Amino acid sequence: MKAIVTVIGHDRVGIIAAVCNTLAGLNVNVLDISQTIMQGNFTMIMAVDISEASVNFSEIKSALAKTGEELGLSILIQREEIFEAMQKI
Amino acid sequence: MLNRKDILSTIKMIEQQHLDIRTVTMGISLLSCSDENISRACEKIYEKICRAAGNLVKTCEDIETEFGIPIVNKRISVTPIALVAAASEAENYVPFALALDKAGKACGVNFIGGYSALVQKGMTLSDEKLIRSIPEALTCTDIVCSSVNVGSTRAGINMDAVALLGQVICDTAKKTAQKNSIGCAKLVVFCNAVEDNPFMAGAFHGTGEAEKIINVGVSGPGVVYNSLQSCKGERLEVVAETIKKTAFRITRAGQLVASEASKRLEVPFGIVDLSLAPTPAIGDSVARILEAMGLETCGTHGTTAALALLNDAVKKGGVMASSSVGGLSGAFIPVSEDEGMIAAANKGTLCIDKLEAMTCVCSVGLDMIAVPGDTPPETISAIIADEAAIGMVNSKTTAVRVIPAIGKNTGDSIELGGLLGNAPVMPVHNESSKEFINRGGHIPAPLQSLKN
Repeated sequence: MKAIVTVIGHDRVGIIAAVCNTLAGLNVNVLDISQTIMQGNFTMIMAVDISEASVNFSEIKSALAKTGEELGLSILIQREEIFEAMQKI
Repeated sequence: MLNRKDILSTIKMIEQQHLDIRTVTMGISLLSCSDENISRACEKIYEKICRAAGNLVKTCEDIETEFGIPIVNKRISVTPIALVAAASEAENYVPFALALDKAGKACGVNFIGGYSALVQKGMTLSDEKLIRSIPEALTCTDIVCSSVNVGSTRAGINMDAVALLGQVICDTAKKTAQKNSIGCAKLVVFCNAVEDNPFMAGAFHGTGEAEKIINVGVSGPGVVYNSLQSCKGERLEVVAETIKKTAFRITRAGQLVASEASKRLEVPFGIVDLSLAPTPAIGDSVARILEAMGLETCGTHGTTAALALLNDAVKKGGVMASSSVGGLSGAFIPVSEDEGMIAAANKGTLCIDKLEAMTCVCSVGLDMIAVPGDTPPETISAIIADEAAIGMVNSKTTAVRVIPAIGKNTGDSIELGGLLGNAPVMPVHNESSKEFINRGGHIPAPLQSLKN
């Protein structure tokens, strides 16, 4: 099952490392990463595969939210289908 | 991979523009619960609802977590109780309302609708017992919603029922006066009621429906409002196109949630209701969309035309996004639940007469309007009759949900709390409609040809 992780906030050293570390700890595989600075905001979008994850979806979500809190960023994870449904015909 | 712009646009809609799924409503048939013995009937009702909807809230919460889109309300609608109760010999139907309240609370839903009667042509004994019990039923329950259908394009308008409901609304307001007459916020009077409506207070599970069904109502005035910021000064066809595209996206989210919920609960998917349902939150208002089209204040001249454009574009955009569309489908204009409508009413620009005109072109009717507490029942009945006539003649659903604010007058307001919002008390005409309403009888069904 694929999901999209979005990280938005102020840029600082170690964001990718911290997020990837959290995901690796939960056995979530990162498929793709794209990042940019938009209007002064660090924006990273990751496609991840959660089918082999060691915990359930809501635990992945809380772990990422906790990492986000530590870094002062907003980190969301949503199943890919919501984006596909809303943006593709 | 999806492109960055698309992902961020979805996230922005949810995080900043209040995009949500307004309701996932499970319709449950209670026809199998009829019983001569009212206690036995109530037990059957409680058990059947708990068995069918026990997992509804948990399932919706899982979907919210996984897809990251809030589902604001989880609700249940049931077969009109006047039908289920007809077999019982009881004189007082309030125990049925209590059973619904208890079952709804056990399932953890926000509202349970279906304390209803369909009396467009005439009232059965059971219908009349139910209608007369509404004030007490809505006083001693918290989450039960009630609706009565008093007219239809095919049957005309049952004016005896209209007269009775004016009194019922006033009695409900008095009985719940301590709580700002909140009982009336849970009671709606329809013309051309639909059987698959997921929205409260008017949801009930029609007799033409399956045993169980999942219906979903979408929302998203904030998203439409924001999309219109990009077409300032453009011609109206550009506005209509922009709304259509936005409505498509909103409805796709609804369709996804509906099919997920249906799959997980193993209950067939019914319909997605294409609605723009506002909330009292800033940035989630239908009135502000009309103003974004170029009206200084909602309610001024041009409001009905702007609303007609909005309503039609929402449907056109939404229809393609869902495999099955139904319910009320249109923009709602509940005054107390819409920050822009409240402001327009307080300013005096938006009045009941203008709202009535607006209901000719949108879903659904005079909704969540507080009127002075001393408004005579006949005036309330006359308001219902006017609105039902619009629905009957134009072959559309119309409804009235007015709240006589006991002890309050024009210029005051009542706080109803949560999504029900804050209702400014709006003036009604003081001239009497009593003689007209007291005639009783039936307004015949209109001609379906010679349309002008």
